[in-house]
Amino acid sequence: MNEITCQFLVIGAGPGGYVAAIRAGQLGLDTVVVDDRKPGGTCLNIGCIPSKALIHAADEYFLLKEAAAARAVPGLTAGPPSLDWAEVVGWKDGIVNRLNNGVTGLFKKSRVKLVEGRARFLDGKTVIVTGETGEQRISAETVVIATGSEPVELGALPFGGKVISSAEALSIQAPPERLAVVGGGYIGVELGTAFAKAGSTVTIVEAAGEILPLYDADLVKPVRRRLDTLGVAVMTGAKAQGLAGEDDDLLVETAEGEERRIACDTVLVTVGRRPVTEGWGREELVLDMDGPFIRTDETRRTAMRGIYAIGDVCGEPMLAHKAMAEGEMVAEIAAGHRRAFDHRAIPAVCFTDPEIVSVGLSPAEAKAQGVETTVGRFPFTASGRAMSLRREDGFVRVVARADNHLVLGVQAVGAGVSELSAAFSLALEMGACLEDIAGTIHAHPTLSESFQEAALGALGKALHV
Amino acid sequence: MGTFTIKLPDVGEGVAEAELVEWHVKLGDPVTEDMTLAAVMTDKATVDIPSPVNGTVKWLGGEVGDTLAVGSPLVKLDVDGPGGTSEAGESPGDPAASEVEPPSKPISPFEEKMPGRAEGGAEEPERAEIGARKRGGGIPPSGLPPIPPARGEITPIAKAAPTSHSARKPGEKPLASPAVRRRAMEAGVDLRRVAGSGPAGRITADDLAGYLEGGAEVAGDRRRIADTTVTEVRIAGLRRRIAEKMETASRRIAHITYVDEIDMEALEALRAGMNQDRREDRPKLTLLPFLMKAMVIAVREQPVMNAHYDDEAGILRQHGGVHIGIAAQTPAGLMVPVARHCEARDVWNCAAEIARLSEAAKTGSARREELSGSTITITSLGALGGLATTPIINHPEVAIVGVNKMEVRPVWNGTQFIPKKRMNLSSSFDHRVIDGHDAAVFVQRIKRLLENPAMIFVEEAA
Repeated sequence: MNEITCQFLVIGAGPGGYVAAIRAGQLGLDTVVVDDRKPGGTCLNIGCIPSKALIHAADEYFLLKEAAAARAVPGLTAGPPSLDWAEVVGWKDGIVNRLNNGVTGLFKKSRVKLVEGRARFLDGKTVIVTGETGEQRISAETVVIATGSEPVELGALPFGGKVISSAEALSIQAPPERLAVVGGGYIGVELGTAFAKAGSTVTIVEAAGEILPLYDADLVKPVRRRLDTLGVAVMTGAKAQGLAGEDDDLLVETAEGEERRIACDTVLVTVGRRPVTEGWGREELVLDMDGPFIRTDETRRTAMRGIYAIGDVCGEPMLAHKAMAEGEMVAEIAAGHRRAFDHRAIPAVCFTDPEIVSVGLSPAEAKAQGVETTVGRFPFTASGRAMSLRREDGFVRVVARADNHLVLGVQAVGAGVSELSAAFSLALEMGACLEDIAGTIHAHPTLSESFQEAALGALGKALHV
Repeated sequence: MGTFTIKLPDVGEGVAEAELVEWHVKLGDPVTEDMTLAAVMTDKATVDIPSPVNGTVKWLGGEVGDTLAVGSPLVKLDVDGPGGTSEAGESPGDPAASEVEPPSKPISPFEEKMPGRAEGGAEEPERAEIGARKRGGGIPPSGLPPIPPARGEITPIAKAAPTSHSARKPGEKPLASPAVRRRAMEAGVDLRRVAGSGPAGRITADDLAGYLEGGAEVAGDRRRIADTTVTEVRIAGLRRRIAEKMETASRRIAHITYVDEIDMEALEALRAGMNQDRREDRPKLTLLPFLMKAMVIAVREQPVMNAHYDDEAGILRQHGGVHIGIAAQTPAGLMVPVARHCEARDVWNCAAEIARLSEAAKTGSARREELSGSTITITSLGALGGLATTPIINHPEVAIVGVNKMEVRPVWNGTQFIPKKRMNLSSSFDHRVIDGHDAAVFVQRIKRLLENPAMIFVEEAA
C-alpha cells in the first residue's frame, strides 16, 4: 500500500476544505486533500453554483415569455421563446466543470496534493484512502475534517423514483410538468421558483406556518406575493405523508387535517441538510459531539489534539462562506499563526424571487436579547432605480441600538439585493453606527442607496420617504 | 395655599456665590421652621440654610455641585397662606422678580387659573419664563426652572466620559474592525481590556497601538496586562477650594523650609506632670499648647513672622494679635480652624480652644469666623508626622510651623549614645519678606523654649 506522510491533511474538498488546503499550501505546509468527488464539494458540484445557473436561465426564459405576452416594458415585444432544458443543464455543467478545474489549478499552484477517494480514519493521525487505483495510507500532523453535509431524507418519501433531492433536481433533463416541493426552506423555494419559471406547475408543501421559516414575516411577504404571481401553490402547515394511488400522487395532510392528493411527476424533497458524521471512521476517534455536529472551540479544534473540524460538519449556519473563513483560519493556525473565529456577521442570502439578505439581528431577535433598538426601513417603491428595473417590491431594513446607534443587523428583500450583502456585512464587521452608514455617499441611482436611506430613517432623518 | 421662595442668603461678607454641597430635603418633603434645607459652601465655611417657615418642598434650585448666586432662589415651599419670599439677599433692584412674582399674589398659576382652562394654565409658566429671561438679566426670578450652571467648571464631566469609553457588559464582544481584531489577536491582547475611543466604544487602531505602547505584556500572560483605565474624579467643593488655595500659595510665595531637631525630654516630663496634677475641669495637655505659647513668645521678638503679606499692595501687615491656625484633617478634608488671640491665652486655655475647634471642624459645625483670619499656622500630621515635611504657607501668611513625629533616637552625649525623645520641626517661610537668617533665628528661639519649657512660663510672665 502506498504511504504518504504530510503536515496538513484535509478530508473533503468543499469550500471549507479546499480553502484550507490552498492556504496551507501557500503557507508552505506539506498539504494533502482527499475527496471522492471533483473538488468544490456540494456548493460547487450540486449546490450553490449549479442552482444559481439554473435559476438565472429560468429567469431569462421567464422574461422572454413575459415579453412575448406583452407584459415586459411597454413597447417591448418578443416572439414566443423556446427552452431546451437539457442544453441549459449542459451549460450549467460547463460552469461547474470550469470551476472544478479552477480549484484543481489552485491546488497545483499552491503545491497541494489532491488524492481522489474516500478517506477513513485509522486513528487520529492516519487515514486510509480508498480510490479507483487502490488504497493509500496517509499520516499527518494536522487533520481537518471537512466532510460537509447531505440532504435529509424523509422516512415517508425515500429518495428514488420520482422522489429526488436537490442534487438530482439540478441535473434532470427537462422541467417536470407537475413538481411538488416538500420543504419550503430556501433550497426548496429557490428551485421551486426556477422550475415554475421554466414551465413547471409547482406546489410547495411546508410543515411550518410559513415558508422560509428562518426569516421574519416582513421579509417573506414579498416572496409569497411573487410566488402567487408565478402561479406557485403554497401549502403551509401541511405534512407530506408519502406517495399514494396508482399515479403515486403526493399525499398531504393539510393544516385543517384533511388529506389531499397532489398529482405530480416529480417530488423534490428539501427538508434540510445534516452533517456527514458517518462513513469516514469517526468511531475510531474520540470526538465530542454537539447534537449532530462535531463540537469545536473558537479555533475549530475538536476534542482531539491536532484534529480540526470546519464547515457544515461543525455547526450552523451551514453556509459555504462560513466554511471558507474557517478553512482559511485553521490553515493559518496550523502554520503557527494566532487566530480565532471571531466574526460579527455571517450573511445569509436566499436566491428566491425577490432575493432575501439577512445579516446580524432582526428587530425581533434584538428585542429578545433585551436590546432597545431603533429600526429604519426604506421601501423600494420610493427608489428610482427600483422603478427603472420594474421591481419595486421589497425594502431595506436597518436595526441599531437605540443608545449608541451601533448597527446590529441589516435585512433586505428585493430583486438583486444579494449583492447588497457585502455592504451590510462590512457595516457589522466594522462596528458601524447608523451615522457611519448615513454619512457615506452612496451612488445614485442604485438599489444600494436604500441602505443609506434606511439608516437615515432609523436616525429620524429620512430624506426620500 | 401659596408658594414661599427661599433665596440663597448672604453667607459671608463679600461672597457673591456659593456652591451647593448637600441637600437635606427632597421634593415633597414636609419642612418645619428652622429645619436645615441645604448646605452651601463658601471659601472654607459650610453654611447650613434653615427654613424660615413650615411647608412642603416643591422645587429645588439646583443639584449638588452647582454654584448658586447669592439671592437666587434656593428652595420653593408650598405653604399655608399667601406665600412670599425670604428676605435675605433679595436684591431690591431686580425688576423681573417683582414683575413675575408680585408678593401679594400666589405665584402658582394652577391654583387661580385651573378652573375653566386647565390646559391654558399649564402653559402659563413657560410664557412667564421667556419674558422673565429677557428682562431678568443676571439673577433669575423665582418661578423659573433651575438655571443651567453659570460656569463651565461645574459641567458634569464625569457623565460625559462613559460615552466615549463606554464600558462593555460582561460577555459582550469588543467592538473593533476585523483588522484591529487580528492585530490584537496576533499581539496576544484581549480586546476586552482595551478601552475604545470611537463611536459606541469602538476600539480603533490607535486605541490598540496606545494600549500596546502602554507597556502591556504581550506574551500572553494576561494577569500582567497593564491597567490603562482612567477614572475621572471631579474636584469640587472643599477639595476645589483647597486646590485653589494651594495653587495660589505655591505660585505666589517663594518658600524656604528650615528643619531642626528638638530635644523633647524636658517638655515631655513637664507635660506628664501637668497632666497628672491637672484640675478636673482642665483638658489634657498635648504638645500643641506649648508650641503655640512658644510661637507667641517668638513672634513677639520677630513680629514679621506674624503677618499678612499683601503682595499686590506691597504691604506687610504685622498683627498684634497672634491668631494661630491649626491645620486639621477632617472627614470632609483639610480645614484650618483658628485659635484667636493666643497672646491672651495660657496653655490650659489654648488646649481647651484646640479641643473645641477641632471638634467643630470635624463635625462640620465650625463657623466661618472660626475658619479664617489666622496670622500664622501650625501643621501637624500627628502619628504620620514623618521625619520632615515641606509645609505650604497658608496664604497670605508668611510662616508655618510643621510638627514632625516624636520618637526616641540615639544621641551622642560625648561618651556614649543615650536614648532621647526627639522631634523635628519643619517650618516654611515666605522668602520674599523673610531672610533665611531670620527664619533660623525664629526656629532656634522656639527650639530653646521647647527644650527649656520653664522659660515659656518665665517669658510669658515677663
